[in-house]
Amino acid sequence: MARYAFKRLLAFIPTLLVVTILVALLMDLIPGDPVQNLVGQEATPELIVQRRQELGLDRPLMVRLVEYVTRAARGDLGTSFFLSKSVTETILSRYQVTLSFALLSLCISVTLGVTVGIVAAVYQGRPADWSVMGVTMLFISLPDFWLSLNLIFFFAVTMKWMPVGGFVPITQNVGQFFIHIILPALGLGLGGAAFIARYTRTSMLEVLRQDYITVAKAKGLRATVVLVRHALRNAFIPILTFIGLQFGGMLGGAAIIETVFAMPGIGRMIADSIVRRDYPVVQGGILVVTVSYLTVNLLVDLLYAWIDPRIRY
Amino acid sequence: MMSTASFKTGSHSVARDVRMRQKSPFVESLRRLRKSPLAILGFVAILCLTVPCVGAPLFTAISPTKINASAILSPPSSVHYFGTDQYGRDLYSRVLYGGRLSLLVGAAVSLSTGMLGMLIGVMSAYYPRLDNLIMRAMDILMSFPTLLTAMAIMAVLEPSLFNIILAMVFPITPWTARMVRSVALSLKSLDYVMAARSLGAGDMRIVLRHLMPNVVPTLLVRQTLVFGTAVLVEGGLNFLGIGLPPDVPTLGSIVAAGRAYLAQMPWFSLYAGLFIGLIVLSVNLIGDGLRDAFDPRMKV
Repeated sequence: MARYAFKRLLAFIPTLLVVTILVALLMDLIPGDPVQNLVGQEATPELIVQRRQELGLDRPLMVRLVEYVTRAARGDLGTSFFLSKSVTETILSRYQVTLSFALLSLCISVTLGVTVGIVAAVYQGRPADWSVMGVTMLFISLPDFWLSLNLIFFFAVTMKWMPVGGFVPITQNVGQFFIHIILPALGLGLGGAAFIARYTRTSMLEVLRQDYITVAKAKGLRATVVLVRHALRNAFIPILTFIGLQFGGMLGGAAIIETVFAMPGIGRMIADSIVRRDYPVVQGGILVVTVSYLTVNLLVDLLYAWIDPRIRY
Repeated sequence: MMSTASFKTGSHSVARDVRMRQKSPFVESLRRLRKSPLAILGFVAILCLTVPCVGAPLFTAISPTKINASAILSPPSSVHYFGTDQYGRDLYSRVLYGGRLSLLVGAAVSLSTGMLGMLIGVMSAYYPRLDNLIMRAMDILMSFPTLLTAMAIMAVLEPSLFNIILAMVFPITPWTARMVRSVALSLKSLDYVMAARSLGAGDMRIVLRHLMPNVVPTLLVRQTLVFGTAVLVEGGLNFLGIGLPPDVPTLGSIVAAGRAYLAQMPWFSLYAGLFIGLIVLSVNLIGDGLRDAFDPRMKV
């Protein structure tokens, strides 16, 4: 296990490097002259030269690449054009917002999805199964931003149970923290829960057909023991892969949810910075979100080995 | 009761196997698709949504961009079926024109990622020397979340219809390619490919005549779902204001504009969002039906 974990961690380094280089190239991918784009058409040639020097764009590509990667490795992601503030600082203050509701969202979608998926598999072909399949199909199809607006309309505007948006840090007030993140977490997680439920159902049906399940039942084991210890544990590997990917989708989708709920998160920061053409912030944000996504998938890979001792690469 | 049911399906599938040898499996699958009520519902629904969108000028007399200061934020009525927005523009007309763009983006993305994915996936499976290189490149593209990649691409490109399609082709193609590759790899090891080769078939013939057509059913199912994903991502990008230029009516931007009036005028963003949901729901129903039809083993 430790050997496997070490090998996976080692393989993680080149991936990080490639991802960082791609992100560093972002500004050079802009068609035309990025400096011209930033300063506008009416800028004087002197201003363009000056801005180009400030941004370091007058130096060769390779030099800038090496510099970006080495600085990023030290945790320095440059300075925002718009806020004249360190990108790392900006990201750190916003990361907790995104992470807190994305994690809650993950908990909701996994718990809800796996439970509902098991129910559908056990009652295959019966009304419970049909309703699960129908409702999940609906939630998969609805756009998350619209679903979130409806959640706000119902729970915040009409029932007044929760605030319409905003964020309170956990250090400030634990109760308010949860009240503020529950709706965003639902908006982000319900679609995911629906996917996980369908995935769990398929995976469980596959396992429930196996002979060892019949044997376990024939031994006289209780239904819950057969379901959880024998069926779910074996059905869980494909579900887990899916959950890892789902979390990546959530980190990406956070941009939308944060905009709907007016939360100062990292996704909204990226979206706003794209509109403002604040490239260092866009680069830093994408880098941090992608590294988080890769880390989660690395953890998922390590979890495999823990859940299924047969897996050794 | 359980046992009789399984006996019945057992003998039924034997009879079907005999028939399938006479007819093309593709035709047989379409026949099965016809028996799926949900897939038919999906087809009918997407048709009902597509016709008014494609023929939008015939279904609405009001221009989607016409500003009407005397009818700002009016509720749904017999003149403005879905109400009007903050500039007095007719929301029914905007939803139809926005829906047209969404359908176009969905179709373009699912077609282009399907063709690219087919090409990359089959090549990767058929030429082991290319495989490692191609798949590592795909892995790198896949290490960025889909919406984030699309956002990054829109960050460097101008907002336009072509660019929004391009922004989705990049993150979605690798997933399609990987799926095609795995199907093609398993097909490649089957006897009929060996038989074709022993009859003197060249690489091109095997790839074009034997591998690609047999990947199509799986690809068709996947690309139906990609259609839905593309419509959702397009909606999301436009909701964030980084998709198409702000003056173009899109479903995502209508929902975004309605956000500010949620408490007073909930219908503002209701119909546009519902329209996206209906498009995606119908293609997902078709996708489910296609999967059941093409892969009888999956029918559980």
